[in-house]
Amino acid sequence: MTVLLTRRSMVGRALAIGSTSLLTACNFDDLQHPDLADRVLRVMSRWNDRVQEALFDPTRLAPTYPASAITRPPRFNAYYDISDVRVVDGNAWRLDLFGAISEKRAWRLEDLRTLPQESQITRLICVEGWRVVGQWRGVPLGDFLRRIGADTRARYVAFRCADGYHSSIDMASALHPQTILALDFLDAPLTPAFGFPLRLRIPTKLGFKNPKSLTALGVTNEYPGGYWEDQGYNWFSGS
Amino acid sequence: MSRIRPIHPWPLRLMHWLNAVAIVTMIGSGWQIYNAAPLFPLTFPARVTIGEWLGGAIAWHFAAMWLLVLNGACYVAWGIASGHFRRRFLPLTPRAVITDALLALRLRLPHRNGSYNAVQRLLYVGVLAFGVLIVLSGLAIWKPVQFAPLAALFGGFAAARYVHFLAMSGIVLFLVVHLILVALVPKVLWPMIAGGRLTEAGQ
Repeated sequence: MTVLLTRRSMVGRALAIGSTSLLTACNFDDLQHPDLADRVLRVMSRWNDRVQEALFDPTRLAPTYPASAITRPPRFNAYYDISDVRVVDGNAWRLDLFGAISEKRAWRLEDLRTLPQESQITRLICVEGWRVVGQWRGVPLGDFLRRIGADTRARYVAFRCADGYHSSIDMASALHPQTILALDFLDAPLTPAFGFPLRLRIPTKLGFKNPKSLTALGVTNEYPGGYWEDQGYNWFSGS
Repeated sequence: MSRIRPIHPWPLRLMHWLNAVAIVTMIGSGWQIYNAAPLFPLTFPARVTIGEWLGGAIAWHFAAMWLLVLNGACYVAWGIASGHFRRRFLPLTPRAVITDALLALRLRLPHRNGSYNAVQRLLYVGVLAFGVLIVLSGLAIWKPVQFAPLAALFGGFAAARYVHFLAMSGIVLFLVVHLILVALVPKVLWPMIAGGRLTEAGQ
């Protein structure tokens, strides 16, 4: 799968200024034909993934905040407008499991609620540069992975969402104590806009690595990519 | 006895132009990233940014940062080891800066290839300091959790963004002055490409 990092690269632009005619055969919008700049950027992004994996300290906690620091009203963000949020039916909802997991039975919402929960007031930093502080409560992902018999030596944990969004994280970050499958936001069940019925909350990564309205969770050694990652965002995107 | 040596030795010229590529890429992509969440009622027009969209700009920024930092580290190591910093940047006194600045404002400050006046010395040392500041604040923005103590040094993630912007502004201001001076004294350009020849009296 090829990744387009710049629809029209800087190299392309510099050439275009000098000789537009030479470039009529090139199409920088073609996902299947990344130009040289796209390839270089892709290699560098993979390199940055490795550097960030090496920098990641599994015992270092993201900063936590007092309740007074919580951002109100909370800020909505998705790849679509808030008016297009899909509403999930909590009664029919199931969390499907796939990949290197020994107990693959799907989980219902009420079953997840019976598991030990953890609460956190942490900061979410968006890849765009803004940040908000929120309170989330849910099941620590590491506990959940061990409970379902996941192979925690596998490289990736992948997530699929009700709105077509998807993402994936490295196993070390998945096992971090502050990485949770959140059920509650601001002391109440998640609302549709903020990820009902279940979302990933991972304060050691950027906001787009916190997929909402999860429908499936998998453990795999094959790079799963993600909605934004496939378009050129750095995959690891750790904080 | 006299000997001929280049005004700018080849390692300096190589690092200068690598740095030029790195800095232009970092600033252009940085402006595009800034536009996604502006700190001030000001955004940068698309024609001066690099990367087309946020994902492309971040990819450029985090690729060019390696060139900027590795090249910058080589420059600092070379500058210290070769005596370049000591010979070209020192001594640097406030009195000399004021004297030379007044001369420069009256366009009476002669340019001598191979020797920097006090204003130039201050500008080069200043832009080096901004370079260190922009790298450190950039690391704090990139890794506010893993480099939490560094982020705290800047007053946290959000404040580090302002420091990063301030350092960028300082460097851009330097570049404007730098380019104006080259335009006013164009004979300095060729030695930065080909090296130039400097005749100096023997020790």
